[in-house]
Amino acid sequence: MRKISLDAVAGVKNIILALVITMSFTVNAQDADPIAGKKLFNANCAACHKLNKKAVGPALKGVSAKYDKEWLYSWIKNSSAMIKSGDAQAVAIWEEYNKTAMTAFPLLSNADIDNILAYTDYTPPAPVASAATAAPVAAQDSFSNDIILGALALVFAILVVMLILVNRTLQKIASAQGVELSSKVEKPARRPLWQAFAQNQFLVLISVVFLLLSSAYFAYGFLMQVGVDQGYMPVQPIHYSHKIHAGANQIECKYCHSSARVSKHSGIPSLNVCMNCHQNIAEYNGEEDLENGYTKDFYTKEIKKLYAAVGWDEENQQYTGKTEPVKWVRIHNLPDFVYFNHAQHVQVGQIECQTCHGPVEEMEVMYQYSPLTMGWCINCHRETNVKVENNEYYSKIHDALSKKYGVEKLTVAQMGGLECGKCHY
Amino acid sequence: MAANKTYWKNAEQLNENSPLVDQLEQKEFAEYVPVNEFLEDKESLEDSSTSRRDFLKYVGFSTAAASLAACEGPVIKSVPYVVQPEQIRPGVANYYATAIADGFDFGSILIKTREGRPIKVENNPDVPTLGGANARVHASVLSMYDTQRLQGPKGNGADISWEDLHLQVGAKLNALAATGKDVVLLTQTFASPTTTKIIAAFTAKYPNVKHVSFDTVASSDAADAFEDAYGVRGLADYDFSKAGAIVSVGADILGDWQGGGYDSGYSKSRVPNKHHGKATMSKHFQFEANMTLSGAAADHRVPATPSAQKNILAHIYGALMGTAVSTTLSDAHQTKVKAAVAALKAAGNKAVVVSGIQDKGAQALVLAINNALGSEVMDVASPRLIRQENGTEVKVVVESVVAGTLGGLITVGINPAFTLPEGNAFAEGIKKLDLSVAFSMKEDETASAAQYIAALPHYLESWGDYEFKVGHFALAQPTIRPLFDTLQFQDALLKWTGNEQSYYDAIQDNWSASILGGSSWNAVLHDGYFSTNRTIKANYSSSDLSSAVTALAAAKAEGMELTLYTKTGTGDGQQANNPWLQEFPDPITRVTWDNYLTVSAADANAMGLKNVNVANGALNGSYAKVTVGDASLTVPVVIQPGQAKGSVGLALGYGERMGVQDEMQIGVNAFAFYNNASEVQVATVSLADGYHEFACTQLHNTLMGRGDIVKETTLEVFNTKDKSHWNAIPMVSKNHMEQEVTSPEVDMWQNFDRSIGHHFNLSIDLNACTGCGACVIACHAENNVPVVGKTEVRRSRDMHWLRIDRYYSSEQTFDGDLTTKENISGIGDSLTTFGRMEEASENPQVTFQPVMCQHCNHAPCETVCPVAASSHGRQGQNHMAYNRCVGTRYCANNCPYKVRRFNWFLYNKNDEFDYHMNNDLGRMVLNPDVVVRSRGVMEKCSMCIQKTQKTILDAKLDGRDIVDGEFQTACSAACSNGAMTFGDINDKESKVAELKANDRMYHLLESVGTKPNVMYQTKVRNV
Repeated sequence: MRKISLDAVAGVKNIILALVITMSFTVNAQDADPIAGKKLFNANCAACHKLNKKAVGPALKGVSAKYDKEWLYSWIKNSSAMIKSGDAQAVAIWEEYNKTAMTAFPLLSNADIDNILAYTDYTPPAPVASAATAAPVAAQDSFSNDIILGALALVFAILVVMLILVNRTLQKIASAQGVELSSKVEKPARRPLWQAFAQNQFLVLISVVFLLLSSAYFAYGFLMQVGVDQGYMPVQPIHYSHKIHAGANQIECKYCHSSARVSKHSGIPSLNVCMNCHQNIAEYNGEEDLENGYTKDFYTKEIKKLYAAVGWDEENQQYTGKTEPVKWVRIHNLPDFVYFNHAQHVQVGQIECQTCHGPVEEMEVMYQYSPLTMGWCINCHRETNVKVENNEYYSKIHDALSKKYGVEKLTVAQMGGLECGKCHY
Repeated sequence: MAANKTYWKNAEQLNENSPLVDQLEQKEFAEYVPVNEFLEDKESLEDSSTSRRDFLKYVGFSTAAASLAACEGPVIKSVPYVVQPEQIRPGVANYYATAIADGFDFGSILIKTREGRPIKVENNPDVPTLGGANARVHASVLSMYDTQRLQGPKGNGADISWEDLHLQVGAKLNALAATGKDVVLLTQTFASPTTTKIIAAFTAKYPNVKHVSFDTVASSDAADAFEDAYGVRGLADYDFSKAGAIVSVGADILGDWQGGGYDSGYSKSRVPNKHHGKATMSKHFQFEANMTLSGAAADHRVPATPSAQKNILAHIYGALMGTAVSTTLSDAHQTKVKAAVAALKAAGNKAVVVSGIQDKGAQALVLAINNALGSEVMDVASPRLIRQENGTEVKVVVESVVAGTLGGLITVGINPAFTLPEGNAFAEGIKKLDLSVAFSMKEDETASAAQYIAALPHYLESWGDYEFKVGHFALAQPTIRPLFDTLQFQDALLKWTGNEQSYYDAIQDNWSASILGGSSWNAVLHDGYFSTNRTIKANYSSSDLSSAVTALAAAKAEGMELTLYTKTGTGDGQQANNPWLQEFPDPITRVTWDNYLTVSAADANAMGLKNVNVANGALNGSYAKVTVGDASLTVPVVIQPGQAKGSVGLALGYGERMGVQDEMQIGVNAFAFYNNASEVQVATVSLADGYHEFACTQLHNTLMGRGDIVKETTLEVFNTKDKSHWNAIPMVSKNHMEQEVTSPEVDMWQNFDRSIGHHFNLSIDLNACTGCGACVIACHAENNVPVVGKTEVRRSRDMHWLRIDRYYSSEQTFDGDLTTKENISGIGDSLTTFGRMEEASENPQVTFQPVMCQHCNHAPCETVCPVAASSHGRQGQNHMAYNRCVGTRYCANNCPYKVRRFNWFLYNKNDEFDYHMNNDLGRMVLNPDVVVRSRGVMEKCSMCIQKTQKTILDAKLDGRDIVDGEFQTACSAACSNGAMTFGDINDKESKVAELKANDRMYHLLESVGTKPNVMYQTKVRNV
């Protein structure tokens, strides 16, 4: 309930923001469109610039106030030419930012640049009242709920007390009138049930057998799950959310776990892979999960942990060289005597990562989805067909074998995937 | 018939009624677990304070504790790189071309690294010179992870920084230069063009410094003779693949003679290839004192004492050049010399004579003979540069150190205080010098006597450039960042010269200036080698050799002649702390963990020296006191068939020494006898008290008395007779009809269909195998085979997955066997003759046979496993699931080839087995693709299934077919002699399929009907 109401509030906020922006753009004399500017900014500028913060390039908030518009046009269209020509401002910026030249954008028209500047100059108006009022409403809701619940509890309590009182009164009346209450009538002594049970040998035998079998069943079940760590969900040194990366942002698994394509290990990505994106993504601005405490602030702090580990100085946008490798807790542990190769399954077998690792894109915290037992492996080998299309290696063997077995498609097992030595050496 | 020849592995086997041999043949596990000893001893049982109840309590508690402990899994941390190097992908091996040049072994090799750790040495097959790694080079990767290595520089016994060392040594050098006192830079042979330049610059800055090369085991006389004949110092190179006739007088051409590495060329000429219907192969005569690998491979091996060798060489020279030789040879030698000379003459310019006699005159004769023959085999235009010691120079240095007349000494990569006979005096001399610096990887005898110890990196952590022979270059690159605070000698020397350049830059500069000639540095670094057509102007200048001939002809034995030699495993002993090499069985004697005096049976009888086998089959040998000059040692004795009467042999490179852990401090230091750097010494030998316990694998794993193991024939029979005559398939009778044992008619087993997919086979050519053992070490490295130590080997518990069986035969020649047998008439005669045939000959023929799991298609081990831990794969491999094995050992008992190995103990992380698997450093060499086995588990050769699976996966990833030659096992890849060929016989075009169809092909114990996937090629001798 609460979450929905918050979403609604956010929705309202967006509408109001859009309204305000539309209003302000109607006011704007030059007809620059900050909404179009936002799109252009995200497409062209966001890789190196942020609004309020230094990144690879300077923060762009209010940049139009600092520089002459014509100067900005030519700078954006071809900055290096300006540096070459010796423009004082241009050279100053170039030197300030480690002599990295800004990419030239000759395709941007002046109108586009105006739109971008309109976006960078845009200051959102002070929070509108509706956003502020939303919270108290929600609070009032819960307040009234409490009152209703309290009242109901009180009513029930009164009812219980009343019933007890009525019962007492009735008993008193009965005893006064000399009525014998049935509960006090003595029954003839019966053999207790347990004695009857103990004397029936057949029943005893059956139950002992049943007990033994069921305890064996449970003991077996218990022992078989020793060493099976399905659902293992350790706390990691950095709270890395697959849900955000693979789910919300739809990053392909093998972008980070690239060695899964070529190696037996899928590999935990090295931190420089993280920095491919996180050099520019210093704070989290996506959805929050307040119930679990996963606020924007929380995620941003986790990004800072990455910066500390990789030795990234956000302030000066450079690496300090002081690194602290992250000690992740390994989740999927196969015993030493098992050989498993990711490349075989991911690249050759074209198996989705999710087949074994489960809905990773929905996992806020990564856990072991599959049991990783031999039975589980073998089962899949029995049921899965070998992907042979466009692989010359398989063409001969597959034809001959499928003729031998009289099937059209071979399972991994028929290809020899159940042989001990294929995984144990 | 070849199969009827009697082979024996040990003299004890020839004793018909020996209960010991019977026992060994009947029992796979020679020694019982001594349960009875304990249970039958009532007293000790009663004395025990542990009652039955206590025992049950202990059992209950430990079971409960173990199961509780098992429930909670450990937390495993994974730490990825912060910035991952581009070329490293976890789980994928990288290969780098580099070169080894440790002063004894030289060669271009490939290094396999995993996650940045070097884990295996591979041959570099593209290299034209010295591209095949021997057993020591294969094992050298483990020497890098040696805990005894120096971890940083030291000054006067305390750790110092490199800056301080440079300052202090520089100051002393300057002081010595000012006073004009002599300093000697005594180094190993580098054969490095850039190092030569750096040393030249150093000696130019300090003119009082003299550079002298020192080889632990030198070939100075051969270099002297070569210098006289051709004007350049070097050693003639030989390409035995071109040879038609080889006559070797005391040269172990398949061993370490003149730097070694000749075996791959040799093997090429030894395989009978049929051209125009008739097969040809080279003919090899070997005159030698000790039984060597070369003698074992030779067609005619003639035992000859070192002095007799000299006479023989003089006579060969005389017969070829038509010079009269005054003395006469013994009859036996005379006939063989005649035959050898005839063979040489017949082979024309494909003939070659080589000699290991350490005498300038003898070496000059060899050069003269080969010149006269016009031998194509000898290459003098591009001589070898890998042995540079000049004996006279070294002698002067040693004398001046001992006398204390020298100002300073800088040693590099050598340990003269250990390897010189006057080592102790040398060490004392070093202590008196004004300046002494030892560049060393270990704190050895020389280093600990020196003021400064400069810690050297291992060659796998170093840069380097080499010119192994003129015009043939190699580059070495580091394959790992230095593990310790070490500095290459060249870097230090550059610094002392005042040059701020690094050695790496110096190599690059030197190469682009004077070697590369426009070729790409990166391409050469990638390939590891570079060849130019640079040669020396080799004009033979003949000199008068008559005095040399007279001297050689007049040589006489002055007592027992001792020949010092280097073992295939240990070499010069610089890798003495390498457990792989210590446990490596010597190819000839099959003894591990020792050196010993080899004595001929006749001499042993005369002196009362004995070899006895004790109850569990282990070998004991009596001690002998050996005296050379003033030095004497007490050495255990091994009676060696084929040892020339009147001669004894002793291996260098052993003995108690510094920088080697206690377990490896074994044997005696034979360098004590190495007077004048001469391998031949006159010694007196006498019986000493007591018996020595050897760890010998000789009598282990006898094949239960079944014959039909080694098949052998002569070239003549091979060429003229049908296959059924010399390589017959055994027959069995069914319904009174003789049938071949391979026929499906007589098979009890159902045949599996293996026609689809891969079917792996390994072919082993007994003609090409020299017994060098590179495959044994390669198998160790690839498959994480544990080292078990001397006492366990003595109990027949060695873990080698691949062993090289060495068989001796009865008669001196193969023909002898046949004639004796054919001349038998009547039952009475046959009984006596067969009995006599089993008697040991003084000079047996030797055959090597590598045996690993034969991967039987009808495997006896699979049917007896109660838990199905041993099973068969469709690709022909016999699988072993270690995690399934419960250790009943039924499989080992039922294996006719005795190739299964049982883990009697936990060999890793166990202080009782304090070898490389017991320390973090040593464990870095483990192959991450192969599991490390635990206690109570049977293991065996897997036919490198991890390698075949990798090849298949690579092909799948690329979506292509597999080309012949891609499939390799560790042993087949390590065999540079072409003796082992591995591949897929379902690929009809493959080499192994061709070999399977070869007439020489046979299976081991074919009559058992196991249908192995390993096959052997019948040995053919050119007699």
